[in-house]
Amino acid sequence: MNVTITINGEPVTRDVEPRLLLVHFIRETPGLTGTHWGCDTSNCGACVVLMDGKPLKSCTTLAVMCEGHEITTVEALEVDGELDPVQQGFHEKHALQCGFCTPGMLMTSRALLDENPDPSDLEIRTAISGQICRCTGYQNIVAAVRWAADHEATTRQEA
Amino acid sequence: MSAIEEERPIGFGRLKRKEDARFIRGKGKYLDDITLPGMLHGAILRSPYAHAKILSIDTSEALAHPNVAAVITAKDLETLGLAWMPTISYDTQSVLAGDKVRFQGQEVAFVIATDEYSARDALQLIDVDYDPLPVVVNARRALDEDAPLIRDDKEGQTDNLASPTWEAGDEEATERVFAEADTVVTRDIMYPRCHPSPLETCGMIADFNPKTGQLDIYNGNQAPHVHRTVYAHVAGLPEHMIRIMCNDIGGGFGNKVPVYPGYVCTIAASIVAGVPVKWIEDRTEHLTSTGFARDYIMHSSICSKDGRITGLKVDVIADHGAFDSTAQPTKFPAGFFHICTGSYDLEAAHVKVKAVYTNKAPGGVAYRCSFRITEAVYLVERMVHALAMEMGVDEIDLRMGSFIGPEQFPYETTTGWTYDSGNYAETMKVAMDIAGYEDLRREQVEKRGRGELMGIGVSFFTEGVGAGPRKHMDILGLSMNDGADLRVHPSGKAVVSLSAQTQGQGHETTFAQIVAEELGIPPEDVEVRHGDTDRSPYGLGTYGSRSTPVSGAAVAVVSRKVRDRARLIAAQMLETRPEDLAWEKGRWYVKGDPEQGALIADIAHRAYSGEALPAGIEGGLDAQVIYDPPNLTYPYGAYIAVVDVDPETAHVKVRRFIAVDDCGVRINPMIVDGQIHGGLAEGIGIALMEVITFDEEGNCLNSSFMDYQIPTALECPEFELGETVTPCPHHPLGAKGVGESPNVGSPPAIVNAVIDALHESHGVTHVDMPCSPARVWAAMQGRPEPPQ
Amino acid sequence: MQTPAPFEYERATSVEGAIASLERLGSDARVIAGGHSLLPMMKLRLANPEHLIDINDLHELSYIRDEGGEIAIGALTRHVELLDSPLLAAWFPVFREAEEVIADPVVRNRGTMGGSLCQADAAEDLSAVAAAVKAKVVIRSSSGTRTISMGEFHVGPYMTAVGEGEMVTEVRIPKRPGGGSAHEKVERRAGDFAIAAVSAAVWIDGGTIADAGIGLSAVGPITIELTRAEELLRGQRPSEELFAQAGAIASEDCAPSSDGRGPADYKRHLAGALTKRALRRATARALHQEA
Repeated sequence: MNVTITINGEPVTRDVEPRLLLVHFIRETPGLTGTHWGCDTSNCGACVVLMDGKPLKSCTTLAVMCEGHEITTVEALEVDGELDPVQQGFHEKHALQCGFCTPGMLMTSRALLDENPDPSDLEIRTAISGQICRCTGYQNIVAAVRWAADHEATTRQEA
Repeated sequence: MSAIEEERPIGFGRLKRKEDARFIRGKGKYLDDITLPGMLHGAILRSPYAHAKILSIDTSEALAHPNVAAVITAKDLETLGLAWMPTISYDTQSVLAGDKVRFQGQEVAFVIATDEYSARDALQLIDVDYDPLPVVVNARRALDEDAPLIRDDKEGQTDNLASPTWEAGDEEATERVFAEADTVVTRDIMYPRCHPSPLETCGMIADFNPKTGQLDIYNGNQAPHVHRTVYAHVAGLPEHMIRIMCNDIGGGFGNKVPVYPGYVCTIAASIVAGVPVKWIEDRTEHLTSTGFARDYIMHSSICSKDGRITGLKVDVIADHGAFDSTAQPTKFPAGFFHICTGSYDLEAAHVKVKAVYTNKAPGGVAYRCSFRITEAVYLVERMVHALAMEMGVDEIDLRMGSFIGPEQFPYETTTGWTYDSGNYAETMKVAMDIAGYEDLRREQVEKRGRGELMGIGVSFFTEGVGAGPRKHMDILGLSMNDGADLRVHPSGKAVVSLSAQTQGQGHETTFAQIVAEELGIPPEDVEVRHGDTDRSPYGLGTYGSRSTPVSGAAVAVVSRKVRDRARLIAAQMLETRPEDLAWEKGRWYVKGDPEQGALIADIAHRAYSGEALPAGIEGGLDAQVIYDPPNLTYPYGAYIAVVDVDPETAHVKVRRFIAVDDCGVRINPMIVDGQIHGGLAEGIGIALMEVITFDEEGNCLNSSFMDYQIPTALECPEFELGETVTPCPHHPLGAKGVGESPNVGSPPAIVNAVIDALHESHGVTHVDMPCSPARVWAAMQGRPEPPQ
Repeated sequence: MQTPAPFEYERATSVEGAIASLERLGSDARVIAGGHSLLPMMKLRLANPEHLIDINDLHELSYIRDEGGEIAIGALTRHVELLDSPLLAAWFPVFREAEEVIADPVVRNRGTMGGSLCQADAAEDLSAVAAAVKAKVVIRSSSGTRTISMGEFHVGPYMTAVGEGEMVTEVRIPKRPGGGSAHEKVERRAGDFAIAAVSAAVWIDGGTIADAGIGLSAVGPITIELTRAEELLRGQRPSEELFAQAGAIASEDCAPSSDGRGPADYKRHLAGALTKRALRRATARALHQEA
């Protein structure tokens, strides 16, 4: 069946089987392999994107269910060559090693700060508790989100 | 150091990573991100049985599926001579099962179709007729008289013994020491089967060009050159026509070292079909068929005399699964397990390791194990704690009194290792300070009075990494040396190519930092090249924490070679003799007249110019090195875990974890800390929740991330790290390597803490991992059981 | 990754339309809301419905309303909405406590009240919550609605009283004064199903327990309503001894099986320990002694 999904502000139209998972729809769209997958049971969160601004495990969603919704992937974070503060924070704080969980972590972090600009460490850890990182032990990810929150607070003050 | 230099050091320091740029933008190039024109997709049909004869395989319905191009079975591979392949341990392994299946999840057929969904649909259309056989999954029973014979494919094999018993140490001397001891403690300690589970599963794209005979392989693996040699051997293909490109790898942890049947099937499929073929396994396949870790059943006794630890003996049954596919140097079939004398100045020790086959997935050496050192350290640190409990002394005091002293280095252990350098007591004290050890003990007593169960556990590990010297260490006959090529361009920018293969360890940054440190070329001007067998020198890859000790040394040595060549050129440029020059980072200058100097970039330019060159310099500024390490390096550390156990539910929470590592000189402390954080999280997983178990029929009970549980951010505390720096005397940079240390040292600290929490209140003296709530509760009831 | 078998898909535009499709397609069809129970089973090919009816556009089923004598929760209400609801936090904090430990924050954006109850997994927390607060389930068909108790709703493992051509549209919870509630769960790891979990609610009038509701998760083939303990508690003054007696009943009356999460004897033990804890905290809340 024909389906149109808005991804990063652009409509993407394809003829797909109803069983096509959103993660595959995204990854088969040119330039959008930043969203990954890592398990079969919705546990790892490597596939997290935003749907209407809220984190979603794209491996546990059918593409056809997303028509009429806005999907945001990691590729949308950088705008006009400027990194999103969460991306900058991850780099500043060494919050990534192999990089495989990173897109999902970035999207959840972005959504968290959009809803809660000053999260505690526990709130950050809770927000990412549905996603696995094997490399970092999470500590620097928490520090990175903290960095981004502080950076955005400063930027708001200066504005 | 100025603020700017600290931010962007030219050399060692907390340099932010160069590789981040693509990953934070989602522009990494992992295996599943690669698509080639005309590419087909593979899927593997796997056995639901742990042990069964294959009576027939009917692929006709699958072949009739409109999107299926081919279905490969053992029969097809036999005609190519590919039905069986050699393993890294000189065993053979089925690529596709022909006669029978020997573990649940074993590969039986390989389908190639136009897309992945169709390939998986086609699996359901293949009809295999199995005749189930009796199963053995308990390694203790694998050698029973009536145990089913698993490896009837091996001529002369009449039982499930995988290799002759490996022994180290001195049995007689050990018996004497035990006879004279004041205190002897014996334990049965298991290190259960767990799984490295990197977030990216294994897979491959094979692209065989029938016109040119070139085989291009895209594959995330930790030892690309070794794999290339294996494929040349196995597939009878000329090695110079095989190219393996690793690109970005989503974690390895030792899981991406072996050659898997899926890889051979993918290559065979591409050769047969004449088009690229991609195969990527799902998570269940990953957990049930790829290289697991540990599965060591250890029976051990430890003894002390006059308050010092004097002797250790260990008997091990090693469960290798259905095929022996472990990776370790040829002369060390039990890996480095016999380093289990640990950090102590023992009088004698004796170690015996027996390897058996069972109807389970093959593997054993993986998951940051440093070739079985995780098992060795777990054993000795658990035994030391048990001994301290029996003696009624504090476990740190017992260790302090038994440590190898700093003046004893280089120290030869009773099982044949020569530790390079160490000051153990100093590191232990730093850990105690960070932890506030005395305060913790006071708090523990106070809490116990209120019925709250808090535990403090310690582990002090010494491990050996950086395999290894060519005279002792080879894998499949390939010596464990690693190469480095350094080429400085006329503009003064450089490319260093190395054999190491990153899976997230930050090589693109740290190796550039080594060149920067040695030559003064800024790291952003040094490109690190790896992961492509056509563009990097031969080497044995990255595992066993060998990148810094071996490749790092190679890069330092090759940089110094370039620097020495630069000296000759600079001498000519400055019209003086080489011995009249001195070096400061980035330039050679005239001793006594420092204004007179030549920057490395200018020297490079000169090297390529038409100007006169000194004797011995042919032109260009480059060098090549193969580094043969004189010894392993021996990082060590003091770890302290603080846990709280809920007295009613037995749920264990790791409240604090203090880790003080001594890995010698640290090239990039930020990356070192990150490695330690990650390894500690894995240690928490292993200690509390990660385990692969089987039922009596050989069904794997932890075959998805629902049941193979990995710690989340809520299970990990804020790790408290410290450091001491005791340089390695034989490494060009004084560095030792650290990647596996946190995984080596943390599980015993946590388990010791759990026992410590429950010893006084419940009389618990032992519990096996994982310390899940159910298992800890059973221990509290006096019924601790090892996992099956 | 594992992928589902092929199926037909339609998006419902109204509740009536969804029900009409269910009637037409019979047992070959499944409703999909959040999909975080159904899709994983379909990917593992443990569930292979031929038709999926997507009800995510039926926003009229998404609400948490104070209707005077009852709180009404629409079946499409997401876990995160139950977690964040001030109305539920005020009247039934057991919802917030349970939601904090149901799945993970990302899954909670999608999973729904109706979906959780209809999954009828004994290890699923919301069913125990609903049982404890004496919730009723509203089931609609083309011939109207019927309202049944939680006890009538769960009929067996993964089986509910929802018949062909029927759909759960709402859950209704009676509001009574003097209430307090709490949820206790032990899990192997954050986000996991319970090894055992207990939801408890008490209503206290004049110092004695007027009514009690206790639901146990993961210690039987279905969610267990601890009716024997509820009878014991009614009319009594709350005390530690009373909670211990209720706990003993929980251990006796549950029917756990041994599995990867733990052996049966440990689960029995937990049922008792957690029943005590949940009652203790529910009572403290009812007596306004706890924040």
